[in-house]
Amino acid sequence: MSKDISIKNGAKLNLKGCASKEFGVAKKSLTYALNPDDFFSLIPRMLVKEGDKVSLGQPIFYDKNDEDVKIVSPVSGIVKEIVRGAKRKILNVIIQKEGEDILKFDIPSFSKLSKEKIIELLIDSGSLSYIKQRPYNIIAKPNKLPKSIFVSTHSTAPYSVDYNFIMADRMDDLQAGVNIMSTLIDKPINFSTTHNKDTRFTNLNNVEIYNIKGVHPSGNESFQINKIDPLNFGETVWVVKPEDLANIGAFFKTGVFCSTRTIAVSGDSLKSPKYFSTVIGSSISSLINNDEINDINNYRFINGDPLSGSKVEYSDYIGFYNNCLSVIEEGNNYRMLGWLPFMYNSVPSLSKTSFSWLLSGAKKVNTNLNGEERAIVVTGEMEKYFPMDIFPMQLIKACIRGDIEKMESLGIYEVVPEDFGLVDFSCTSKIEAQEIIKSGIQIMLKEVG
Amino acid sequence: MKFIRKQVDQIKKPFLKGGKLEILYPAFNAFETMLFVPDHTTSKGSHIRDGVDLKRTMITVIIALMPALFYGMYNTGYQYFIQTGIDFTFLDALLHGAYKIFPMIVVSYAVGLAIEFAFAVYRNHPVNEGYLVTGLLIPMIMPIDMPLWMLAISVVFAVLIAKEAFGGTGMNILNPALTARAFAFFAYPTFMSGDKVWVSEASNVDAISGETILGTLAANGDVTYSSFNMFMGSIPGSVAETSVFFVLIGALILISTGVGSWRIMISGILGASLVGILFNLWGANSLMNFDWYNHLLVGGFAFGIVFMATDPVSAAQTTKGKWIYGFLVGVFCILIRVFNPAYPEGVMLAILLMNVFAPLIDHYVIESNVSNRRKRWESIKLKTA
Repeated sequence: MSKDISIKNGAKLNLKGCASKEFGVAKKSLTYALNPDDFFSLIPRMLVKEGDKVSLGQPIFYDKNDEDVKIVSPVSGIVKEIVRGAKRKILNVIIQKEGEDILKFDIPSFSKLSKEKIIELLIDSGSLSYIKQRPYNIIAKPNKLPKSIFVSTHSTAPYSVDYNFIMADRMDDLQAGVNIMSTLIDKPINFSTTHNKDTRFTNLNNVEIYNIKGVHPSGNESFQINKIDPLNFGETVWVVKPEDLANIGAFFKTGVFCSTRTIAVSGDSLKSPKYFSTVIGSSISSLINNDEINDINNYRFINGDPLSGSKVEYSDYIGFYNNCLSVIEEGNNYRMLGWLPFMYNSVPSLSKTSFSWLLSGAKKVNTNLNGEERAIVVTGEMEKYFPMDIFPMQLIKACIRGDIEKMESLGIYEVVPEDFGLVDFSCTSKIEAQEIIKSGIQIMLKEVG
Repeated sequence: MKFIRKQVDQIKKPFLKGGKLEILYPAFNAFETMLFVPDHTTSKGSHIRDGVDLKRTMITVIIALMPALFYGMYNTGYQYFIQTGIDFTFLDALLHGAYKIFPMIVVSYAVGLAIEFAFAVYRNHPVNEGYLVTGLLIPMIMPIDMPLWMLAISVVFAVLIAKEAFGGTGMNILNPALTARAFAFFAYPTFMSGDKVWVSEASNVDAISGETILGTLAANGDVTYSSFNMFMGSIPGSVAETSVFFVLIGALILISTGVGSWRIMISGILGASLVGILFNLWGANSLMNFDWYNHLLVGGFAFGIVFMATDPVSAAQTTKGKWIYGFLVGVFCILIRVFNPAYPEGVMLAILLMNVFAPLIDHYVIESNVSNRRKRWESIKLKTA
């Protein structure tokens, strides 16, 4: 029996160049990479050095603050390079694919799997890294089991994947993952689907289905959690992406860490944006040929969606968690009198000071800031794109001040930076809300834990 | 466009880092960004951004002010020619008004922007666009014959004390334009009230009776204007606040573009109407007997509630807070008008008063949200205990 949930407020950003629902054939990636920055607040301690041979599933680094958090190799190969930046910060661990060595675990039959054993296997296999914990959006801490687990297949961000499409062949793995998770919390896990859309997920067992009605950011788990089972002080909930849950399920079926990653490569300048089935950490160049775009240097590659993804280069690698890779033209050009109302209506705008909202159809975007950063002046606009009983502007200001008490009372535990993607987009003063919230969460993590 | 861009790039060189005029970069930047939206790309946060920015928002307010400003120009001429008995055409009236008002606008912008630029250079931050609106609002709410030096001092006071002292745009407690008017009102009362200040060049001509309607009421006089006159604005008053009709056009622009808060406007009208009706029922004196709907039409109520009370920085910032804030602006406006005839124009003081209380209103609205969250936390604790 499913329940309908309506999440009002928000906006649909209809961008040109969404990946068409067909799978392309990815080139073989010669190298793969793990980037510690993909894991919020993780401080890497290396377990391998350059030249070491590693198996698929072998731990590459762990978190200095929590040894249970291990990040494992997505492929079998040799550690080619540990790329370091300023202050010897690890930027990438590059692994050259070689051989077929795998690290295999013995998995007891499902009926014999105790909670303790599941947790032990999740930690040892590195599959725990697929699970995020709220508050703080960090890798789950299994010493305290969550009150509920959320999986959202209702994707609303621009260029985000259609989970119904990519999970078609992985329903068995997904069911296995669901069973494991629901065993951990002794109840069904919360599974959100898109309202009024036929999905294959309604056939799953051990899930509580919620049909979400709403535009972006209603696909973000935070807003769903807030409506379904709000997070209170001292509580934790876990969040898993559907493909990651299937990967966990696949591990418990085979005993081998599963690093499958389906990527929707989208962008209005790509000749044929489509989906690719690949492996975590594959090189971006294995998915996008040189001839896909005319001038590769004038484009921004984003691991994730354009609202909350992270900027990478063409020579970089697919991130650990993202199911989409966005390619957007750099907007490093001037627009004469571009600030005049009702001019340049082709620039997407949610504000009624432009006729952009009247122009139907998908829109082309670039990375121009469309103005300069200013003090926060306009009020009420953030609330339009933040469908939760939290005052976004006041929370942002509390984060700027680093006021722990205010951040806590205004609801910092219930949010993650990506929830502010649309706030960032629509902000008249061009503030960087996601960065501010991220810094606030970092303070809370350090001071409150 | 490329040619102009090239020229701008050429002029820009000395202002860049290491250049001779580097210190003046914020000032140059203000002009450059007026001409061109910069080529800045996103570096953190969302990679794509909305086409709207603060310049566009502020210019929208200026567009919304234009109908009232042009009517103000016409009405300035109209009041002058009517009172002096000289034959005139529409164009004569408009030109007379423009001749009187244009210098006020120039002085307001020149003085205000000079201070803004100086602070931007001193604090090394970009010039915020807030003064584009404030600079136009100030002359629009002053009496027509106000000496320009007085206007300049009012602007200096408003920008320095009401705005920059608090940290500049976005940080001020009081609406800077109304602070300028309040300063002039208390510093130069003879130029701000009476029957000789509201009609152009009235002090040079004998036998002019240019008292405002509220002034007349406060002096227990008879009002000779009809509600239609009040609505259309062909009455004496500050430069550009007399016409409710043209203010409403501005309100429509602000509401339809989402720039002005309709909640504040509606709740302000509700508050003023309610108190007006109550006074009508009480009916102890001529001010109380003044029809409640006429209260909405006379004085600066319409202009104030549409353009000043909705200033997002000094108004309440939460949705519920806006309803309460707007309502109380309306209530206090009529209360001040009726109970304190020394200040016949209540809207200025009502808005300034509520500017001061807006953070308190927000505080309680936010506290209620916080307390709901804490109650939820507590209820879980009790359940698990």
